[in-house]
Amino acid sequence: MRIISACLAVLLLLGPGGVFTGPAAAVEVDEILDDPALEARARDLSKELRCLVCRNESIDESNADLARDLRILVRERLVAGDTDDEVIAYLVDRYGDYVLLKPRIGGGNLILWLAAPALLLAGGGIAFVFIRRRAPAFRAEEELSADEEERLAELLKQ
Amino acid sequence: MIAEFGHFALILALGVALVQAAIPLVGAQRGWSNWMAVAAPSAVVQCGLLLAAFLALTWSFVTSDFSVQLVAMNSHSAKPMLYKITGVWGNHEGSMLLWVLILALFGATVGLWGGALPPGLKARALSVQAMIGVAFLLFILFTSNPFLRLDTPPLDGNDLNPLLQDPGLAFHPPFLYLGYVGLSMAFSFAVAALIEGRVDAAWARWVRPWTLAAWMFLTIGIALGSWWAYYELGWGGWWFWDPVENASFMPWLIAAALLHSAIVVEKRDTLKSWTILLAIMAFSFSLIGTFIVRSGVITSVHAFANDPERGTFILAILAVAIGGSLMLFALRAGDLRSGAMFSTISRESGLVMNNLLLTVSTLVVFIGTIWPLLLEIATGNKVSVGPPFFNLAFTPFMVALAVILPPAAMLPWKRGQIGRVMQPLWGVLALSVALGALIWALQTGRSMLAPVGIALALWVVLGALTDIAQRVKLGRAGWRESLRRAGNLPRADWGKMVAHAGFGLTMFGISAITAWEVEDIRIVDTGQSFTVAGYELRFDGVEAVQGPNYSAEIGSFTLLDGKREPVLRPEKRFYPVQQMPTTEAAINYGITRDVYVVLGDSQGAGRWAVRTYIKPFANWIWAGSIVMALGGILSLTDRRYRIGHAAGRKLRGAAVPAE
Repeated sequence: MRIISACLAVLLLLGPGGVFTGPAAAVEVDEILDDPALEARARDLSKELRCLVCRNESIDESNADLARDLRILVRERLVAGDTDDEVIAYLVDRYGDYVLLKPRIGGGNLILWLAAPALLLAGGGIAFVFIRRRAPAFRAEEELSADEEERLAELLKQ
Repeated sequence: MIAEFGHFALILALGVALVQAAIPLVGAQRGWSNWMAVAAPSAVVQCGLLLAAFLALTWSFVTSDFSVQLVAMNSHSAKPMLYKITGVWGNHEGSMLLWVLILALFGATVGLWGGALPPGLKARALSVQAMIGVAFLLFILFTSNPFLRLDTPPLDGNDLNPLLQDPGLAFHPPFLYLGYVGLSMAFSFAVAALIEGRVDAAWARWVRPWTLAAWMFLTIGIALGSWWAYYELGWGGWWFWDPVENASFMPWLIAAALLHSAIVVEKRDTLKSWTILLAIMAFSFSLIGTFIVRSGVITSVHAFANDPERGTFILAILAVAIGGSLMLFALRAGDLRSGAMFSTISRESGLVMNNLLLTVSTLVVFIGTIWPLLLEIATGNKVSVGPPFFNLAFTPFMVALAVILPPAAMLPWKRGQIGRVMQPLWGVLALSVALGALIWALQTGRSMLAPVGIALALWVVLGALTDIAQRVKLGRAGWRESLRRAGNLPRADWGKMVAHAGFGLTMFGISAITAWEVEDIRIVDTGQSFTVAGYELRFDGVEAVQGPNYSAEIGSFTLLDGKREPVLRPEKRFYPVQQMPTTEAAINYGITRDVYVVLGDSQGAGRWAVRTYIKPFANWIWAGSIVMALGGILSLTDRRYRIGHAAGRKLRGAAVPAE
């Protein structure tokens, strides 16, 4: 881990950093479930769960031991018949919200989820008012049509 | 000796920057032209001194002078020459030196080629540029000095992180910095205009080339980084929404918005205060990115608290630069009103929509990046914000952007009609929807991502082509006439088409690889063949090889395509100095797909774990980015930036014959 954090310190400014765990291994052959439908669900779930000891990696991408344990745990729960939501609830009970790469919609996280739509509405409103204020004074008859303008541009070029 | 020389040049550069920050500004305020004239030569001298400092550091790396602490910590005598050189910026101190060098380089270009600029604007802009330089030179000298010596030099160095010993990543930082720091020029012009209280078409014409250049370099830098991640990190991921990536993506988005709004200022003399605000925001996001990355605050609040010197310093720079410029903006923005009129349906409105969507999508990235930090500070709770959030929250805005792009780009200035603009686009729209429907029908039961993404990509690409076809009256006039018109079209129009088409190509690549990637994980015997998604591969075994500063196990796979049967050689390397293993994936590149093979662990008796990926249209992501950057170059070479400059607008028609 010390090596990895040292690398990180160096790499931080250099672009897509943060995903450095030596050889990529992630899902091992022996972890894969026989039932392809269950396995597909396990993969989808794994992509939404954080490897808790890594930097911004899902357990699907990480080769850390903990990520492997969690992948196996997810598969055990699925084999035991849990729904996707039950698996996630099980993990959140144990590790807290930190394990979710997609924060739950609700509570304080509403700010996170609604900030952009709110800005879109507010900005859209301001833009609309701005454009509207420019429009009424617009005098159509003073302007040339597109074709006329094009001809004018042609003439000016010569 | 050489290192001391570099150290001294660095200190001198600080002195010059102080002069450049103060004297031209006073001159401009008082109207003393000889004081203003100090700006250009001092910008050039400052750049020269920083270049000397940078070369001195490079020399220390090249000659493996391990008495220099930075070299001892980040280099090794056995390292290949290329990586000795690129190792100069593969660490904090060296990369900050590159940062200020590029900052001074942009200042020097204004000093050298800014002859036609109004003297007041030039003096003020260079002064602001030097203020940024002073701040970062102080940062380097006080917290991150690259020229410190060791009392007892070690026999050999600690080597560079093996992941950085790669051509893709070696050239990624310089491009990224050219982009990040290039935005400082737009910032300096914006602040200069605010001090002066005047923004006009000439101002926009001066800001746009620098913004274009910065945006272009950022595009290339981000693409290089993404491509590097794709082939180096070992599973073909190409974008992770990592804070460090986001730090470069936010300035890119804002720079793209600024590019577009500067056109409105230039052509229509409106949206002035908004454009100034975007210029300030673009560089502010560069600074925020630098802070996020350099302080380690995102990785852990505690890491920041334990070693707060650098982070606090950058935070102070950030506060002064952003706070100061925004305050200036609040005081002066009111003076920048303009009366240009345009209708609700017009190019102006289209560009306003573009700006709105790009700004809001920047906010998504920003809030997602800092949310864990904010929440931890406010409540002590730890949450994660990862790719699933960003994909969900960011994509809708890009979809909206792609939907409005073709018609908005074809709307005339001042006043247009939807019907008239859509007339040539109906066919394109029908074709795109049909393609989407076809893809949807062929892949029933899967996500909507591929059909929607690819239909939009086609819509954007064909829309860009239609725009040009309309401009040259293709099919309506004779081909000779069309050719003549094509020759007369400004380069900026070609640049627009190419850049927009590049955006479409990248969208296509992203949609295809995300929707259709196939992954296969298995254990294979030496000599055994296996099939992944219709591609047959034969595993020919693994051999041990000694590299210059690493040892490797190299696998050999033959792609049995019935034609040239290429051999793929994925490696597992071990770098003994850094005690670090890496994987080198083997990729058979193709236009329609990459075959991507990764060697896993040995299972004994010639059996190996192997991961194979079929990555459809992967290269289109980066090819599209390069096409976008090419569009930037085309636009940058437009005649209006090469001649005429500030005063030339009126003269141009008469003085310059048509080409």
